[in-house]
Amino acid sequence: MVRLEKRAEPSRAWSMATPVVAVLATMIAGGLLFAALGKDPVEAIRTIFWEPLFGEFSFYYRPQLVVKGAPLVLIAIGLSLGFKAGIWNIGAEGQYIIGALTGAGVGLAFYPMESVVIFPLMVLAGALGGWAWAMIPAVLKTRFGTNEILVSLMLVYVAEQLLASMSLGLLKNPEGYGFPGSRNLQQYASAHNGDLIAGSGLHWGAAAALIAVIFAYVLLNRHMTGFHIRLTGDAPRAARFAGVSPTRLVLFCMGVSGALAGLAGLFEVSGPAGVVSIDFNVGYGFTAIIVAFLGRLHPVGILLAGALMALTYIGGDIAQSNLGLPSAAIQVFQGMLLFFLLAFDVLTNFRIRLGASEVA
Amino acid sequence: MDLSAINPVQLIAFLMVAATPVLLAAIGELVVEKSGVLNLGVEGMMITGAIAGFAATVESGSPAVGFVAAAFAGALLSCLFVVLTQFALANQVASGLALTLFGLGLSALMGQTYVGVKPPATGKVDIPVLSDLPVVGPILFNHDLMVYFGIALVAATWAVLKYTRAGLILRAVGENHDAAHALGYKVVRIRILAILFGGACAGLGGAYISLIRVPQWTEGMTAGVGWIALALVVFASWKPWRALLGAYLFGGVTVVQLNLQAAGVAIPVEYLAMSPYLITIVVLVILSADKSSAPAALGRIFHASR
Amino acid sequence: MSDVLLSLKGLTKAYPGVVANDQVSFDIGVGEVHALLGENGAGKSTLVKMIYGLVKPDSGEMVLNGTPYAPAEPRAARADGIAMVFQHFSLFDALNVAENIALGMENPPPMRDLAARIRAVSETYGLPLDPYRTVGGLSAGERQRVEIIRCLLQDPKLLIMDEPTSVLTPQEVEILFETLRKLKSEGTSILYISHKLEEIRALCDHATILRLGKNVGECVPRDTSARDMAEMMVGTALKTPERSGRALGPVALSIKGLSVAAPSAFGTALKDVTLTVHQGEILGIGGVAGNGQDELLSVLSGEVLCAPGEVLLHGEAIGHLNPIRRRKLGVLAAPEERLGHAAAPDMSLTENALLTGSVREGLAQGGMINWGATRRFAQQVIEAFDVRTPGTENAARSLSGGNLQKFVIGREVLQDPDVLVVNQPTWGVDAAAAAAIRQALLDLAAKGAAVICISQDLDELMEISDNFAALNEGRLSAPRSAEGLSVDEIGLMMGGAHGMEVAHV
Repeated sequence: MVRLEKRAEPSRAWSMATPVVAVLATMIAGGLLFAALGKDPVEAIRTIFWEPLFGEFSFYYRPQLVVKGAPLVLIAIGLSLGFKAGIWNIGAEGQYIIGALTGAGVGLAFYPMESVVIFPLMVLAGALGGWAWAMIPAVLKTRFGTNEILVSLMLVYVAEQLLASMSLGLLKNPEGYGFPGSRNLQQYASAHNGDLIAGSGLHWGAAAALIAVIFAYVLLNRHMTGFHIRLTGDAPRAARFAGVSPTRLVLFCMGVSGALAGLAGLFEVSGPAGVVSIDFNVGYGFTAIIVAFLGRLHPVGILLAGALMALTYIGGDIAQSNLGLPSAAIQVFQGMLLFFLLAFDVLTNFRIRLGASEVA
Repeated sequence: MDLSAINPVQLIAFLMVAATPVLLAAIGELVVEKSGVLNLGVEGMMITGAIAGFAATVESGSPAVGFVAAAFAGALLSCLFVVLTQFALANQVASGLALTLFGLGLSALMGQTYVGVKPPATGKVDIPVLSDLPVVGPILFNHDLMVYFGIALVAATWAVLKYTRAGLILRAVGENHDAAHALGYKVVRIRILAILFGGACAGLGGAYISLIRVPQWTEGMTAGVGWIALALVVFASWKPWRALLGAYLFGGVTVVQLNLQAAGVAIPVEYLAMSPYLITIVVLVILSADKSSAPAALGRIFHASR
Repeated sequence: MSDVLLSLKGLTKAYPGVVANDQVSFDIGVGEVHALLGENGAGKSTLVKMIYGLVKPDSGEMVLNGTPYAPAEPRAARADGIAMVFQHFSLFDALNVAENIALGMENPPPMRDLAARIRAVSETYGLPLDPYRTVGGLSAGERQRVEIIRCLLQDPKLLIMDEPTSVLTPQEVEILFETLRKLKSEGTSILYISHKLEEIRALCDHATILRLGKNVGECVPRDTSARDMAEMMVGTALKTPERSGRALGPVALSIKGLSVAAPSAFGTALKDVTLTVHQGEILGIGGVAGNGQDELLSVLSGEVLCAPGEVLLHGEAIGHLNPIRRRKLGVLAAPEERLGHAAAPDMSLTENALLTGSVREGLAQGGMINWGATRRFAQQVIEAFDVRTPGTENAARSLSGGNLQKFVIGREVLQDPDVLVVNQPTWGVDAAAAAAIRQALLDLAAKGAAVICISQDLDELMEISDNFAALNEGRLSAPRSAEGLSVDEIGLMMGGAHGMEVAHV
């Protein structure tokens, strides 16, 4: 009989090791899945993890890693603050959409004027849009005690409908020959979020993600606010005793995560995506939840996890075109990763003992 | 705009159909939460049930087989949640999310070959004489079996929770798992059974969408119904009959907005389509002031230590 | 007392790093009230859990009525006539009395019959209880009655009671003893666990004393002095805290006519509380658990805010200030619940030192934390209060209860408070540590600080307080000088017998 025994203190070694073990376990389980789908598992895993980095066309894929990874890291950093404190913003996808809408909206409002202030204004609008959208569940939680998980999630569906409405209505390209979708911001110099170094994939979103990582690291390790976030997650009553105001903490964590998700949306719509359209959002807001956990809610961990998750996206695309691996298989693969991580996480706080069970 | 095309009798009859998926999922989750476990994976279990039921029905030609398969698939997926939360003692919120993300991917993978396929129709229970009655006939006596099954499930859940020893033990475990353990009850075993039941119910709810309500398979077709089911449990203050009421309210909103869309009301389609989600939020706000009826151990991790 | 009901032979149970019970043997006679005496951590709980089937011994055996007895689970123990009243009641707040009792029975009768039986038993033993009341709304004494009745309905041969009097007023204790004596006269054996020596001398026929998991001696309590038993229990001669005569200074902190609504459905509302504490004074606040102790501490620490003028510090209104701003002014607190309230379990001692120390010790400037200074402060607390731990980076939860309590109290005392509020400062702490903590509180008062000590241990309060008041259902009695206060008077201040009646023997 196997039983668990609580460790006197959390194991640091296991805390670092579980993400690695989880990735390895996912490779094995994923390989079995790919084999079941009739694909060569070794080849599939190699394509996903090796091809984008060191394969023949890696010069093309490496910048793509940055493009895919930046929004994931940016959103996950924001989410991790709340998750650490037990505040569950599950609606980053919605905040991402709204950030893109408000940011692009501001940019398009200036069209065709050219000015250096337009892009900063769009950045501000994107952050504010995401922030405001996240404030809805935050304020409802602090004022009425409404569950933020459900409200933030419902607002994703509302945001998707708004996106549809905007791309077919208000923001529709008047010169688009009736096709749905906005003007292409890539062709509007003042509003375009292009590569900072040509061909590197490093756009402003990537820069913002790096800044967010550093900001979160300092906040959590050196600042009282970060200490209060961690304290609230470990012992909410002790946090109140220490003098933390739960209301302000909810507003702060939800606000930061909303603003960062909004920024991610703005950088995406003004850069890689270019247009506001019905299929603009591709689930970064949800995948970022996996990234946040895989990175152990630690800023540096999230950076690495974001890179890994971007790898599976791009590797998955390659596997789709080269091996005919269905895109849904990659989604399952990412889901598995979170499963294994949560399962192995038990080893951080518990020791596994073999032997007679304690209570019969 | 032609509102006269909306037939109130049909509206009510259709409301009961629209409410059934969310009702099935909610009643399952209600039992899970009564045992002290918060499973946020309802959406994932529903969509898995939707494709499993759809596939089984198409392959076997029998909707009955499909529903059984859907319940089985939902319960099977919930086993993953059991492993994470009851054995690996993982955070229930994170585990539930994992279940939903995984279920969405898995269903998309399973459903690839079923896009655009039409499932065999599910027969209605035709009660002679009664179903021919005016007004009450179409509303009450002319539905498929699952509509009645959903109502019966509410009644059974209510009775079991209120009057039986099994129900009492379930409530006790959800109220204070340490005390239940001290009295010698198998907390983990009881919770596992509740979670499996919740999974099966969610699976049935999902299959109802893909087999009867729509009926066809598209990716992500549950579109948040699983999350609404979670909201419904809060709305219902963990009381079965109130879950039925809530489900009909939600069904009513859905049906009315669809009818308004069809009637060409001057409100853009997107705003009508977001109304069920907005109304869910409003209801949550109104009702979340009263949390006293929530099971006290809800979402807390149980570890039998010395 | 001739026949042996239950015989324990060499029971041993080890947990990683600690032997909870080491070769414990003793007999419990039929109709005997047998005391199990020992300090916190002596292994009493583990021992009774083995008897009740919650824990399996590593070695040793038990014999019940001449036949080997090895319960696999509590259900089996109950079937063999063993019943237990837990120290922390295993009750379900949202369920009613009858439902709670049904859960503790193997084959409960239908609810209506059960309710009738509950009424019958409760009348026989003088424990009035309405079967349909929700348990969450009951007082601690009433909750204990639920547990006792649950046990009595099974006609137990052996009733185990784990620290039963810690939640009762002195008057309620007397009533409980009547009930237990009546049970004994009917032939029921009782295993009575306590560390309160006078109680044991009043009630028990025989005592077994545990220390560090070992049986270190037996005695007949009536013929043994409390002091001798205490020394067997602790192993060394006890040192009573020194208390020099103190002169009280001006008023440090006062509350006038404060009412606060209950924080939760089953919490206690504070009603018209008036309180004054002077510099150099220790104000002891007694009362049975759940009568507003937590709530009073929250109001004083600033976790619960009220109107500015409702709490005055040196005449200044501070009722609206949060805990951080109150600390700045010198009002510090140490809550009862060590893990989760006073300290964060998974955080290191350094981080826990920062938890309340950031303001007064200047550990954070402009929000940026000075970890070096924080570590030094934690180290200082560890050294000054003899906290046994490998170092400042160990998690709070890795410390034993007594050591963590010393850390928590030390953390506040070293910040040099003007007013210190403590709740249950020595609960679950071994005698040596408890004495050290009491001494620290006395020293603090001697230096001119005002100390409010909320506790359920009346002996402790009588030992250190200048004035004494009691909480009863959220009301605070008028304070009285602690000197010369009789047990009866204290009991009445605590609310008397809370509507209980003496058993109709």
